[in-house]
Amino acid sequence: MTSSTRTLQFKTRILTAVVVLSNVLGNSLLSRGMRSVGVLLSLSPLPYVQALFNPWVAVGVSLLIVWLLSHMALLSWADLSYVLPMTAVAYVLVAVVGRLFLHEQVSLVRWAGITLIMLGVILVGRTSPRTTLSQPAAEKDSRVEVKTALRSMSGSQHSEARP
Amino acid sequence: MRWILVAVIVLATTLGEVLQAIGMKRHGEIHDFRPDALGRVVSTLVRCRYILAAIAAMAVSFFAFMALLSITELSFAVPVTAASYIFETVLAKYLLKEHVGWKRWMGVLLVAGGVTLLSF
Repeated sequence: MTSSTRTLQFKTRILTAVVVLSNVLGNSLLSRGMRSVGVLLSLSPLPYVQALFNPWVAVGVSLLIVWLLSHMALLSWADLSYVLPMTAVAYVLVAVVGRLFLHEQVSLVRWAGITLIMLGVILVGRTSPRTTLSQPAAEKDSRVEVKTALRSMSGSQHSEARP
Repeated sequence: MRWILVAVIVLATTLGEVLQAIGMKRHGEIHDFRPDALGRVVSTLVRCRYILAAIAAMAVSFFAFMALLSITELSFAVPVTAASYIFETVLAKYLLKEHVGWKRWMGVLLVAGGVTLLSF
């Protein structure tokens, strides 16, 4: 593994953790807040704006903004088909937090669901976060091509260009 | 009513995340995570059409999700949105040209299946 792949892996893991934690905490606080706000079914924006003045909702929404920004930063280099299943750890965390802190009963079916999600995450975690060429990598590749072309033109080192 | 909201959430989430991925790939990799550099990134992104459309779609999905949470439990609201996993992976492969091999397909199917089981 080259140092740039290791940096990419490290950066991806850290940001995935930020995405997951801000999502779980944000949604939990929002859910807690919505319970005290009451039924919200309106096409007018006013009741939604009023809901934002509830402190639980306000902190929840702030964390969801952190979630949106970190998710966008992660997508600036990582594949959507990588980010999508990896951030599913959030569901597992919701269940574990519910079990540990809210003393909710986690049924056998839900444990099965958690196991499936973890298996999926482990599988996807074994793939490279980026399978499409990014801009700098594409430039490097074209430089290599130019060098190879120059070398084959010079003739003497022709054999080097062969695989 | 709840299923109409679920449909709106799934469609808007899929659209929003795919547009986000397109916009961010066009922006290029973020290297610098210092606050001033991130500020510059945000000011570039708010002028990107894909990102603006993505944020609009995410906002629709968010408010529909808030409405759904007010009439159902979080344990119903979160799992039903798992359908967007399948749609997004298909779009990632054919629209974003990502390499989706067997590990990713299996992974996404396991995750989507697992999320569905969580609702029982």
